[in-house]
Amino acid sequence: MSSTQVVTGNPKIETDLREIAQDIVRRAMAGGATAAECVVREGDEFSTLVRLGQVETLKESGSKSIGVRVFFGQRAASTYSSDFSRAGLDRMVKSALELARITSEDPFGGIPEASQLGALSGELDLYHEDVYSLPGAERIDYARRAEKAALDFDPRIKNSEGGSFDAATGHKVLANSHGFVGEYRRSYCSVSAVPIAQTPEGAMQRDFWYSVARTLAKLDAPEKVGKVAAERTLRRLGARKAKTAQVPIVFDPMVSTSILEHIFEGVNGDSVYRGASFLAGKLGQKIAGDNVNIIDDGTIVGGFGTSPFDGEGVPTRRTVVVENGVLKSYLLNTYTAKKLGMQTTGNAARGLAGTPGIGPGNYFLQPGARTPKELIAGIKEGLYVTEFLGQGVNLVTGDYSRGASGMWISGGEFAYPVEEITVAGNLKELFFNISEIANDLEFRGSVAAPTLRVDGLMVGGE
Amino acid sequence: MDKQILDKHLLDKQRFFFEHYGLTENDLERYLGAALSAGGDYADLYFEYLSSTSLMVDESMVKSASQGISAGCGVRVVSGERTGYAYTDDLSSGRILHAARTAALIASAPAKTTVAGFRKAAARSLYPVTLPSVDAEISAKVELVMRADKAARAYDPRIQEVRASYGDELRNILVVGSDGTFAEDSQPLARMNVSCIAKTEGNSARGTSGGGGRVALDFFFGEKTPEFFAKESARQAILQLDAREAPAGEMEVVLGPGWPGVLLHEAVGHGLEADFNRKKTSAFAGLVGKRVASEKCTVVDNGTMPWRRGSLNVDDEGEPTQETVLIENGILKGYLSDKLSSRLMGISDTGNGRRESYEHIPMPRMTNTYMLAGQDDPGDIIRSVKHGIYAVNFGGGQVDITNGKFVFSASEAYMIEDGQITAPIKGATLIGNGPDVLTRVSMVGNDLKLDEGVGTCGKDGQAVPVGVGIPTLKIDRLTVGGTARKDPGGFMQ
Repeated sequence: MSSTQVVTGNPKIETDLREIAQDIVRRAMAGGATAAECVVREGDEFSTLVRLGQVETLKESGSKSIGVRVFFGQRAASTYSSDFSRAGLDRMVKSALELARITSEDPFGGIPEASQLGALSGELDLYHEDVYSLPGAERIDYARRAEKAALDFDPRIKNSEGGSFDAATGHKVLANSHGFVGEYRRSYCSVSAVPIAQTPEGAMQRDFWYSVARTLAKLDAPEKVGKVAAERTLRRLGARKAKTAQVPIVFDPMVSTSILEHIFEGVNGDSVYRGASFLAGKLGQKIAGDNVNIIDDGTIVGGFGTSPFDGEGVPTRRTVVVENGVLKSYLLNTYTAKKLGMQTTGNAARGLAGTPGIGPGNYFLQPGARTPKELIAGIKEGLYVTEFLGQGVNLVTGDYSRGASGMWISGGEFAYPVEEITVAGNLKELFFNISEIANDLEFRGSVAAPTLRVDGLMVGGE
Repeated sequence: MDKQILDKHLLDKQRFFFEHYGLTENDLERYLGAALSAGGDYADLYFEYLSSTSLMVDESMVKSASQGISAGCGVRVVSGERTGYAYTDDLSSGRILHAARTAALIASAPAKTTVAGFRKAAARSLYPVTLPSVDAEISAKVELVMRADKAARAYDPRIQEVRASYGDELRNILVVGSDGTFAEDSQPLARMNVSCIAKTEGNSARGTSGGGGRVALDFFFGEKTPEFFAKESARQAILQLDAREAPAGEMEVVLGPGWPGVLLHEAVGHGLEADFNRKKTSAFAGLVGKRVASEKCTVVDNGTMPWRRGSLNVDDEGEPTQETVLIENGILKGYLSDKLSSRLMGISDTGNGRRESYEHIPMPRMTNTYMLAGQDDPGDIIRSVKHGIYAVNFGGGQVDITNGKFVFSASEAYMIEDGQITAPIKGATLIGNGPDVLTRVSMVGNDLKLDEGVGTCGKDGQAVPVGVGIPTLKIDRLTVGGTARKDPGGFMQ
């Protein structure tokens, strides 16, 4: 293996990442590529975990990496590296050019057309320095306060996996051979608590809560996070199995997002064009009840899924995915759009290596009118799911079978906690059986859904 | 210093960071000194240089090929129960010293004098490859994925989508610690995967298969060929076309040998990782010496199996891996430990300190976890079941280590009725309780098998390769999460 000589003792030379990205594209083109695209990512991370009042871990670091994708006509290859030395970058470009000689001609391969490229203008409010400028001691204090609030909440909370505070900033640059170059910075911070509650008999339960934001100013108070974590943990104490039965199921927002993610995977152009999706070929057809409206919007100011351009340099946009239960659009990148004879929806997600995949912007289910409480009040016997365990979803067939825990609903109220049960059905029917959608939509990430009720699923227990 | 006589081959691969980055033992002592400049009980440095290749054939075209390099150094300082960690992807001395001083912020005491001399770990060679697959000709790798594509399509005309991928990596590591730890290793890893979709009018199904290990490229040309994985993947997809709804509720479950060992990984393995038990957050805390399984069950974690995906010459803290008995004839014997937990709990370090990369803090992790073979004939096990399921392939699993509840999802399973394997059933989730599921094991087959080498385990956001295995097992009662609405006999459509 060839390798890089790094002369020890030299100070690190800071070079403009834009220039590096453009230079790599130029070098790839000079080496004979017909198209090239380079991504550079730089980030800082800080995390701390406080357990039982003591700092348990403290981590702080920064890193930088670069990737290039080259085309020889319609043959593509990609390489990446964390070595920014001249020799390291040379080798990265050279390997990509060599590698592209062994891949196949793919008639649909290529980077976007020049006319498709661009970036949203205006302030997207994605970056706040405060997540990183906060002194170390105060960051630790966030974690400590969250855990303390959970531990102090109830004497049955006797242990904890800790409270934590995390902050990160990321800087991304993308350049390609159409002359596109764009960059953006994003920041992120979160505070969480993971308490453990115990019954007098010694049975333990654990749950968690967190708050996440792009700026400290929008982060929930650690005390609130700790208290909610404690409440969620305590309500699991004394959990039992449920009887095997078919009953209405209410999805807590923490798990209702998973339903939305299944639809996302179903409308993901990659699974659509290969017929590996239970939603393939369903454009314009009803795939869910009239009450179901799903939007993907990468342009929301301050959103967790917002960016000025996607992984291929195409501006992000707002796409109506499902309207009144009718499938209106798939979510596509350049490749899958060409395969399907459509236009990209600006959902390309690019890692350092490989071909771009497809990722959500801010992807959400539009809320309904009633509160979660009202929704639960209408159920005589049912299951409120707070957590799923395992995967158990087959997106080719739509078969659905997952481990679950939550609360048993009796007479419109929570009766007792349940665990070690399964929930099963088929996604094709599930979306038609979303009988109610509550009004509590809140973004805690790029995918969000309110509390919802689904009928017709099978609960497996005793 | 414990000088070993190393063969030339091993010597070449070791010294990697000394030769390529001009590191000296003096440098290492200086970095450790900076890490302990504010006190602390222990400090270590983890150097990593990872190169990898991946290839994918899709629609019979090699659509993507990529290669990459990731290198860096992680510095850890441990003070009591506290850990400070920082890393750099720039291996210059200035950057490593900066990381060391950042990690040192965890401690607050006078500087410690650091080591004068390292003890080199005894050389071991569980995966001696002459030519690591990352350095092998790319054309041979292209041949592998193209052959897999062809074989899967040839299996049955109903196979209409095939994706075959090949990936390999070579991880060079150097771990040095202030206690004199000094270990180098060169860890190859390769894997093939074939995923198929079978389609008929109005019906489709998926099958997947794959395998590999810490092997060289010739493994895929001899022992386990692309055709082997392709046929297995295609077979599963075709079989699933006719699968019926799975039953729901508690019933007898027979697990086939090999990959269904993911049950052990989820149900007991994670719960026996020392960190959870030190913090008393595991449902297994305080159960050493107690019965946690039927007396037919003996479960081990073994990081020393040649060529296996979960094996390591040394763990990511530089400690040699070993075979650790977790459960012996049903009695819980001990935990899987790393340096931190062994020191804090006063137990021995089992060489299970692992991490995903230099960016991550090591913690106790499994290697290859399996149950030893028993006495029962697999045929007798099936024949003993009146109404239940026989699960032979699984997707993945998950566990909540605090309440012990675990799940795993069957991707190939059959009904057993009156001692006979009957219809294939659709994927169903199995759910149980870790501390008591093995007490319900009533029969253990004489056919122990390890998986093909596909397992990746996630914990705290860190992924590491692992192996699992079991002989055929009968569990008297486990909850199956199917959709069939009626009970015995009524599940048929």
